[in-house]
Amino acid sequence: MEKNSNSPLVKKSSSIRPATKKNLITYAVVVAFFVLFQTLSATGNLKNAYKALLVPICIYVIMAVSLNLVVGVLGELSLGHAGFMCIGAYCGSFFSVLTKDIITVTWLRFTLAFVVAAVAAAIAGILIGIPVLRLKGDYLAIVTLAFGEIIKTVVNAIYIGKDSKGFHMAMSTAGLGMEPDGQVILNGPQGISGTPRNSTFVIGFILVMITLFIVTNLMDSRTGRAIMSIRDNRIAAESVGIDVTKYKLMVFTVSAAIAGCAGVLYSHNLATLTANTNNFGYNMSIMILVYVVLGGLGNIRGSIIAAALLYSLPELLRGVRDYRMLIYSLILIIMMIVNNGSFFVALREKLKFRLKNKKGAAAESKEAV
Amino acid sequence: MKFLSQLISGISLGSIYSLIALGYTMVYGIAKMLNFAHGDVIMIGAFVIYTACVTADLPPVIGVLIAIVFCTVLGMTIERFAYKPLRQAASLAVLITAIGVSYFLQNMALLIFGSDTKQFSSVVSVKPLRLAGGNLIISGETIVTIIVSVIIMVCLYLFVNKSKPGKAMLAVSEDKGAAQLMGINVNAMIALTFAIGSGLAAVAGALLCSAYPALSPYTGAMPGIKAFVAAVFGGIGSIPGAMIGGILLGVIENLSKGYISSQLSDAIVFAVLIIVLLVKPTGIMGKKLNEKV
Repeated sequence: MEKNSNSPLVKKSSSIRPATKKNLITYAVVVAFFVLFQTLSATGNLKNAYKALLVPICIYVIMAVSLNLVVGVLGELSLGHAGFMCIGAYCGSFFSVLTKDIITVTWLRFTLAFVVAAVAAAIAGILIGIPVLRLKGDYLAIVTLAFGEIIKTVVNAIYIGKDSKGFHMAMSTAGLGMEPDGQVILNGPQGISGTPRNSTFVIGFILVMITLFIVTNLMDSRTGRAIMSIRDNRIAAESVGIDVTKYKLMVFTVSAAIAGCAGVLYSHNLATLTANTNNFGYNMSIMILVYVVLGGLGNIRGSIIAAALLYSLPELLRGVRDYRMLIYSLILIIMMIVNNGSFFVALREKLKFRLKNKKGAAAESKEAV
Repeated sequence: MKFLSQLISGISLGSIYSLIALGYTMVYGIAKMLNFAHGDVIMIGAFVIYTACVTADLPPVIGVLIAIVFCTVLGMTIERFAYKPLRQAASLAVLITAIGVSYFLQNMALLIFGSDTKQFSSVVSVKPLRLAGGNLIISGETIVTIIVSVIIMVCLYLFVNKSKPGKAMLAVSEDKGAAQLMGINVNAMIALTFAIGSGLAAVAGALLCSAYPALSPYTGAMPGIKAFVAAVFGGIGSIPGAMIGGILLGVIENLSKGYISSQLSDAIVFAVLIIVLLVKPTGIMGKKLNEKV
């Protein structure tokens, strides 16, 4: 993707590009985290309660990184990210339950489930991306929210079963009209049960690494720079010939596909998959947004650390749990005001100016000596 | 008969949406921001009434009045401390702050009142109306909701178009800078808008919880989002648009509940939003704005 990397200009400088260095640190952080916890759990030093946190941490890290691609890199607020995760989770589980007896090789079935879910979520991303192209800002946020809620509602209202005659789809169990040998796979609000529990920390880690690889390479490519230019100034980007529509759609699709994979990881970590407000609704989308904002918009490493810490801390400190969301919401407000408030922006400018003056004065006095 | 009764309860639900949508649309018009916390102000209003009427055993009218005052102050406080510092900031920052405020209110209510659903006692004591030989029963709540909403909307319309502060509000929403040059106190006008919107939210909370008496910290979120859909439907920034959009949305929701599927009614409401934004992004009554470079 990087055209310049082979040019003599770059080869001459012996040091690594700063962007590459930053990415390597990010990878190193993730690998170190993985090695630490994998050794701890392999040697039996990790309590079961902590072990149970490892896969969810991977899920939330993936979700946060993929949402950061939309919010931090593209600069559009998406409030329906959990909806893509929901699509991925349901499609992945549906596939796994369906092929449990046909494909007996676990890794093959699980990989295929990821592919199916990623494709399904990507299609949803394109479908959502098309109206999104016409909107900006607040409208876009609300449409993504609406899509997320639609997905959750529809998933809860549909029944799908399979019998000797093929698939049946209806709005109630009775409406399915199944043969006696039939099996209801998606059972409305009861969701999908019997998904093989294939998700492990190792698979989660691999998925995090793949996500990181995709997202960091995308950000450092020509495409990534085009996307960031849309964020910084859409009109200027359009005037230098950047196809805003194309890049927006692309980011939505990539982000949705990654979220779909996180969904598969989620659904294969549970015995029964159901959709409610807390796992696939608006609340979850906001929760992930909190991770992204607190980790730093556009900062991938920040998203990873924020998601891992903020998810596991309240689980570890039970007493804080009730106050968790209250504290998060306060931090969210304060961070936004400190970062963007006119008073604080002016204060920062003033400080910068003073610091510069002091440095200038110091340099002058040195010269005089 | 079924159609008629669905239609009437749809209009009643729609009037509540209209009251909430007015808050959204006025704030959007004047401050150019989406006040996500508006739905949660409704919930706070309902909890104030609940505390006043059930715990302190005050008459419902007093409870509603206390709630209106409380929410008005709350709305102005939120504006002063969370939104005012961000007047010049990018819309993404403001939107995230608004989400933060919304979450803050929800979790505050969660800590104070607990997560269990409370049974809200209706503030309305009007007897149901029986029409067509008892075939068509209109509940007291429905009648009061529709009457109260119509009164409020007429008052609001007169206030905005005829009174001096109302005209000043319109001027600020048209052009902040020019309004300031004409001697209008822009900050005071924005605060006034938040005050009116939040006061209306308290009324909406009372009516909503009288008609649907389950009260929990999450009560306000869904109606809030739907009312926003209504505001967009009618054309955001337009006061008559919010009224029409709210009533239409209430009717659509109730009819789809009655004739299509009660589970899918939420999905249908949101689908309406998406279709409106695709076909006519400015809504029914919205004005087309040209982007300045």
